[in-house]
Amino acid sequence: MLKYTIYRILLTIPTLLGVAVLIFFMLRIVPGDIVEVKLRGDGGAVTQETVEMERHKLGLDKPLAVQFKDWMVGLVTLDLGKSMWTERPVMEEIAIRLELSLEVAILATLIAILLAVPLGTMAALYRDTWIDYLMRIITIGGISIPSFWFGMLIMLSLLAAFNWLPPITFTPIYVDPVANLTQLIWPAAAVGYRYCAVTARMIRSSLLEVLSEDYIRTARAKGVYEKLVISRHALRNALLPAITVIALEFTFLIGGLVVTEQVFNLNGIGQLFVQSVTRNDFTLIQGMVMLIAAFYVFVNLAVDLLYAVLDPRIRYA
Amino acid sequence: MTIAAPDTSMVVPAPRLRGAIAEFVRQQPLGTVSFLIIAVMMFAGTAAELVAPYDPLAIDFASILSPPSWTHLCGTDAYGRDICSRLIYGSRTALVIGFTSSFIGSSIGAVLGIASAYFGDRIDDWIQHVMDVLLAFPIIVLALVVVAAFGKMLVGGIDINLIIAVAIPIIPRVERVVRAAAFSVRVMPYVDAARAAGYSHTRIIFRHMAPNVVAPYLIMLTAFIAQAILAEASLSFLGLGVQEPTAAWGLMLSGNASDFYRQAPWMILFPGAAISLAVFGFNLFGDSLRDFLDPRFKV
Amino acid sequence: METRRKTLKNMAGALALGASGFSLETMRAEAQSPKKGGTLTYAMNAETPHYDGHGSDTFATIQFSAPFYSTLLKFDLDKYPNVIGYLAQSYTVSQDSLTYTFKLHPNVKFHDGTPLTSADVKATYDRLRNPPAGVVSTRKATFSDIASIETPDPLTVVFKLSAVNAAMLQHFGSPWNFIYAAKDLAQDPNFPKARINGTGAFVFVEHVKGSHVAGKRNENYFKKGLPYLDGFKGVFFLQAATMLNALQGGQVMAEFRSISEPEKQRLVQSMGDNIRIQESSWTLNLLVVFNVEKKPFDDVRVRRALLTAIDRWGGSKGLGQISTLRSVGGVLRPGYPMATPEAELVKLPGFSKDIAKSRADAKKLLADAGLNDLKFTLHNRSIAQPYTPAGVFLVDQWRQIGVTVENKQVETAPYLAALNSGNFDVAIDFSNLFMDDSSLALTKYLSIDRSPDNRSRSKDPELDKIYDAHMRETDPKKRQAMVQAFEKRLFEQGYQQPLLWWYRMVPTNKVVMGWRMSPSHNLGQDLSEVWLNT
Repeated sequence: MLKYTIYRILLTIPTLLGVAVLIFFMLRIVPGDIVEVKLRGDGGAVTQETVEMERHKLGLDKPLAVQFKDWMVGLVTLDLGKSMWTERPVMEEIAIRLELSLEVAILATLIAILLAVPLGTMAALYRDTWIDYLMRIITIGGISIPSFWFGMLIMLSLLAAFNWLPPITFTPIYVDPVANLTQLIWPAAAVGYRYCAVTARMIRSSLLEVLSEDYIRTARAKGVYEKLVISRHALRNALLPAITVIALEFTFLIGGLVVTEQVFNLNGIGQLFVQSVTRNDFTLIQGMVMLIAAFYVFVNLAVDLLYAVLDPRIRYA
Repeated sequence: MTIAAPDTSMVVPAPRLRGAIAEFVRQQPLGTVSFLIIAVMMFAGTAAELVAPYDPLAIDFASILSPPSWTHLCGTDAYGRDICSRLIYGSRTALVIGFTSSFIGSSIGAVLGIASAYFGDRIDDWIQHVMDVLLAFPIIVLALVVVAAFGKMLVGGIDINLIIAVAIPIIPRVERVVRAAAFSVRVMPYVDAARAAGYSHTRIIFRHMAPNVVAPYLIMLTAFIAQAILAEASLSFLGLGVQEPTAAWGLMLSGNASDFYRQAPWMILFPGAAISLAVFGFNLFGDSLRDFLDPRFKV
Repeated sequence: METRRKTLKNMAGALALGASGFSLETMRAEAQSPKKGGTLTYAMNAETPHYDGHGSDTFATIQFSAPFYSTLLKFDLDKYPNVIGYLAQSYTVSQDSLTYTFKLHPNVKFHDGTPLTSADVKATYDRLRNPPAGVVSTRKATFSDIASIETPDPLTVVFKLSAVNAAMLQHFGSPWNFIYAAKDLAQDPNFPKARINGTGAFVFVEHVKGSHVAGKRNENYFKKGLPYLDGFKGVFFLQAATMLNALQGGQVMAEFRSISEPEKQRLVQSMGDNIRIQESSWTLNLLVVFNVEKKPFDDVRVRRALLTAIDRWGGSKGLGQISTLRSVGGVLRPGYPMATPEAELVKLPGFSKDIAKSRADAKKLLADAGLNDLKFTLHNRSIAQPYTPAGVFLVDQWRQIGVTVENKQVETAPYLAALNSGNFDVAIDFSNLFMDDSSLALTKYLSIDRSPDNRSRSKDPELDKIYDAHMRETDPKKRQAMVQAFEKRLFEQGYQQPLLWWYRMVPTNKVVMGWRMSPSHNLGQDLSEVWLNT
């Protein structure tokens, strides 16, 4: 097991390296200069001198290879550089906003799991009945309805029905749980609907597959109490692929957050990412993409290791 | 000594087209309905100039914010522009970007998947490494990065960079599935036999491997058209895709649509419903296609 | 129904007094005495690229920085456009109008404890009129008449002008002229861009990018008893819709820039008496700007064609319903006594009421110039109100003469960068005036070497001559004639031209008191006299 773990961990390195190279060069190939944007935004003519000074300050006058080396060294020491726009460390900009986005993501996951397990199970157990069809429509709705539209509808329904809106500034949950939850439950629901739908579908199909396995037939033939069959044998085995989906979809929540945070005016990393793109803040974009990619890679790693623990066949492959 | 022709009985054949269509309609009523939805949308998108009652850019300050009526089936927006016409032209934007990105991404992914499975060893390793790198990007994130890096490149009113941006993250996702399907053929002994008999790579790939991956390819293609449409809508909602006054569904939801929700809720309802319907249609169709083509679920 | 009628009646009553910026309710409330305490939360729709008022012409900077700074004089909003002393306790103007002497308040301290002296005022105004390398002074041209600044004692500043300037006092009252500490400027000429050390009513607390800016009461503020507020918080709202929602939900108490007609209706309908809307015509306009250094916009026929094809009169009605754009006017604000009257205005290119003929003429001009299929990109700002409606409108207008335009909206900073560096073909520009006077309003159209504000990059010595002459003219009638001559030449050349002037409607929660309305949103943002009636 240890050998497998080490092997898998080592495998992540070339992937992360590949991401770093790709993102760095993709952003630098292009002409169009953040320094010009920053300075000429002041109004009035700016001298070439000033532009050169600023460029030097940001380290943009060094040859490309040197800039890349600097960045790679920084990555290893977890120093993602300074935002070209605000000149504060990238880590700092992200850290300020991470708490909020993380909380929305976790809330969305909770909503998703709490709803998806019963939904998916029922749909599988009552396959091809109206329950199944209803559930399929609900879940396909979840995959089809854009989360930002759903978020808009939620906001506007709240306004129309109660003339009330969620609070606009963020209070951490340990400071004021009520204010915190009344603000974040809605974006969590908007993003969580899709999450729930994907998970429920996975549970349904995985459970269906397990239910047609021989050992389930054997258990039933033996006269084991049906509920026990389901919970002890079927569900346990069906949940494993579902866990994979839950973990992977969690990493994809960032995509939903990017748009949904706009709708709810949340100062999270989704909005930070959009702002960095509109401003061509390369270091910030790079830093965020590395984080997102690293997150994805490590979640994958965790899932793979979990599989190896639970399914011995893989370890010895 | 003659060498017998390879035994292909264990490989799932690609369905024959005409009989398959009739069979599909019979077995998958939901799927047929979704196909009709898609067909209507495609027709609207291609024949927009004929179908749309008004010019989508035509401002008419005299009739702003009108509710749905016989003259304006979906009502008008804050500039008096006909929403129905804008939805129709918007379907063109959505479908062109959706189809093109998904087609490019899926096809490249399929080719890479087959190559990976067929040639194996080092080529497989290399391709897998590259795919791993690309897989680490969610679709929207990569699309935004491409927009940041390359800006827009308009050709005939369509942003090529956006299409490429959405196509790239599709490649590894399709590659993985196609690779698995192709592998199941690769390990068949007859492939080695065919090689020994001197059949060329091309022939083996096209006659034996390709038919087995047609099904997963089609399924992925439709699924990713849906994803691509969602990605385009999200980007234009953020203001990074198409811009005013071009008609695009996501764009119709941003801007001043929320300002007028009490006076004109149709401004928000119709475009969002259009996006949902399109994505729903493609997803449902992909689902039905998979149920139809994948023998494992023929219970 | 009943409440709606009542609301409408209230609004009608308020509107009747709206032009003066007051409502019955405000006046009644003003009669109460101000209460101390509370934090004012308000919405800001753009984040300022930097903190330096000298080098900015966007409201985002004023709204952000004004509470932290004081100016020499300020506008008396009860008697606009008169000015009164601010940091200057008193002032005198010599008989020949060439010497301005200011006596400063004693015991004024910067937030870091440094005492304010005349040296600081001198350093500030030297920076304004003659910025060192690497520093931008946007309104440099308006200070060109200052010949020298003397500081005979720590509390006296003497400005000597080289020529008579009828509007000089107003320029001393400009809200952009934050007084900085001489020592800060000596240490780093661009100190004020990223750091805040002022003499204003509020001390800088924090700026969380993407979220908000906060300030707290300056306990050593030189006006005793002020400010009433404990502090303020400006929250950034990048999407207008969420801002309205926040106002409605009571999470922000004001939006000091402006809202549009539909937004106002929505607020009034949902909040009734809890929202107060103050209205005024606005010293702000949007312009269509051609980059005359790029083909084919160096051809006057092309510029004329594009400008005359715009139906201003018709468009203003429609746009007035959905945006803050409302009035048709020339280089001066319509409603300002010195502005060109309508009868004369319709004779100028671009202002004809016969739009069919104008469009036919435009098409012909384009054909003459050999451009039958003109396509270009319109550079625009990504603030929804009213830049998006303006862009949509222009695209539609030009579509009707066969010109295809792409409306490209970008964020404030890259937008300004493109405009200032000439990286565009045609753009929508804004003219943000803190007062109506032509000495300020016309600087935008002066040759580029004199006015960095001129984004069309035109060089027209004729216009410069007329401007200089009118600056010395004291007879108002002759002055107005000169302004009209300027306007006529400008519109005939068509380097840039106002599209429409804005109309200002400011929503504040009824608890917000002490804030004064004016035709310019740059005024009254120091918040020193605002209090909360809770």
